[in-house]
Amino acid sequence: MSKMIVPLGPQHPALEEPESFTLMLEGERVAAATVALGYNHRGMEKAAESRTYVQNIYLLERICGICSHSHSTCYVQTVEALAGAEVPKRAQYIRALIGELERIHSHLLWLGIAGHEIGFMTLFMYAWKDREIVMDILEMLTGNRINYGMNMLGGVRRDITPEQGQKVLEALDALEERTEYYKNVILQEQTVAIRTLGVGRLSREDGLRLGATGPVLRAAGVVKDIRKDDPTEVYNELDFKVATDEHADVYGRTVVRVTELMESYHMIRQILRQIPDGPLSVKVPNRIPAGEAAARYEAPRGEDFHYTRSNGTDKPERVKVRAPTLANLAAITHMIDGGFLADVPIVIAAIDPCFSCTDRMVRVKDASSGRDDVWNWDKLRQYSIEWHKKRGQDLGYRI
Amino acid sequence: MQIINKVMAWARRKSPWIIHFNSGACNACDIEVLASLTPRYDIERFGIQLKGSPRHADVLICSGPVTMQQRDRIITIYEQMTEPKFVVAVGTCACSAGVFEGCYCVEGGIDTAIPVDMYVPGCPARPEAIIDGVVKLLNTIK
Ligand code: SF4
Repeated sequence: MSKMIVPLGPQHPALEEPESFTLMLEGERVAAATVALGYNHRGMEKAAESRTYVQNIYLLERICGICSHSHSTCYVQTVEALAGAEVPKRAQYIRALIGELERIHSHLLWLGIAGHEIGFMTLFMYAWKDREIVMDILEMLTGNRINYGMNMLGGVRRDITPEQGQKVLEALDALEERTEYYKNVILQEQTVAIRTLGVGRLSREDGLRLGATGPVLRAAGVVKDIRKDDPTEVYNELDFKVATDEHADVYGRTVVRVTELMESYHMIRQILRQIPDGPLSVKVPNRIPAGEAAARYEAPRGEDFHYTRSNGTDKPERVKVRAPTLANLAAITHMIDGGFLADVPIVIAAIDPCFSCTDRMVRVKDASSGRDDVWNWDKLRQYSIEWHKKRGQDLGYRI
Repeated sequence: MQIINKVMAWARRKSPWIIHFNSGACNACDIEVLASLTPRYDIERFGIQLKGSPRHADVLICSGPVTMQQRDRIITIYEQMTEPKFVVAVGTCACSAGVFEGCYCVEGGIDTAIPVDMYVPGCPARPEAIIDGVVKLLNTIK
């Protein structure tokens, strides 16, 4: 059968973000897939080196607008570790509260997108309508719908009052009822089952071998969650289960996310019950002592990792971010291979990709000669044009 | 001719089709654009519909600063749209690069690549602000 090459992206109705896939088709089936990244590369790690530690909270929060709190929490944890600051208990609880609310907003958003990808627009509209409940709560607590700016070095910026806690509880009741409903939709609705069961399979072994993380890995039956494996003080005091599933396909990932929603409601209730009184922050000096620190955080999409190196000034010497989508990308080409073209969008969506998180700096190194060139933009561009031409992919883009 | 132009302007005002493009945004503005399509904000009551292809669209909604990779792509998309076309820059970083000012891979706001008709600031811009911007833009189509 003759082979056909189909480009997907960077602008494509099925993709929310600019990324580009090249699919080699044999009939209806995908024989090979490659992914091209970097459309969203802004150079934030480099920019972080020229900004102060405090400015960086707001810069790194904008790595990704959906898991913004994950990135800023992860970053402030590294800086607090460097400065030796002991964050007050109340501040840690508030961080965890916002983190779980963010997970709820992210998973509901994902549920909607998944509905959109399988042509189930009602689910999209319903899920996004209910997502507004949690957006209202986040706005009430932090002052912004997205990019909350809640963290500061050594604590949090805002307190929560008992009345606000009461409102959160009321919202949780409403959300819980709706989530029960979605659970039934997923378990009983034919449309969902037909489009997701057995689609985009990733076995336990492959998931571990390819370094997948988050719900993608948990859907293959692996119990791995930073909140359990490497918990902060707060998560140690909370009682929750790690959601897993044995389906190892898109269906399993859906079930895992909906179960996680339920767990998050449960956790937030505990947080509001147990939150101690006390100060909101401790003082952290402008100049951070020299050293290096790393932190891990369970973002809605999986493990988020931040590394900061300080040289004793008020600006970091190096900041490195490794977002969960990057870990899941290797798995994605594996999942697409051999599947139907029509399933590609939902398989991509099922890892809940976030490409603004992923597009980090990549250094070019010639492994055979060990040369470590710094390439300027024109050289890189020329290389990319020739590379694509050699593979017969002169797609007419103005690369 | 006069009459035809009038009818076309009326049709455009009553039912503009939009296309959304992320030129390097942090995603927050993108989801706010999507949120304005969903039941609470429901931008479709102004006849506005999200389309997949630039060739079908009248209004290009851009979020994010222009990264070097995206610059040529955004120009291509703009050129593929049929006349008359309008561009709305959503978010502070689409207006002026915002927090990404000075990043080595960022060229600046959307207006460094293509002409912009309406700026909607905010980080992220609220759905209300986006709707306000688009409706104000519609009122200028006469
Ligand atoms: S304006 Fe702010 S929220 Fe919007 S894309 Fe830019 S950085 Fe993100």
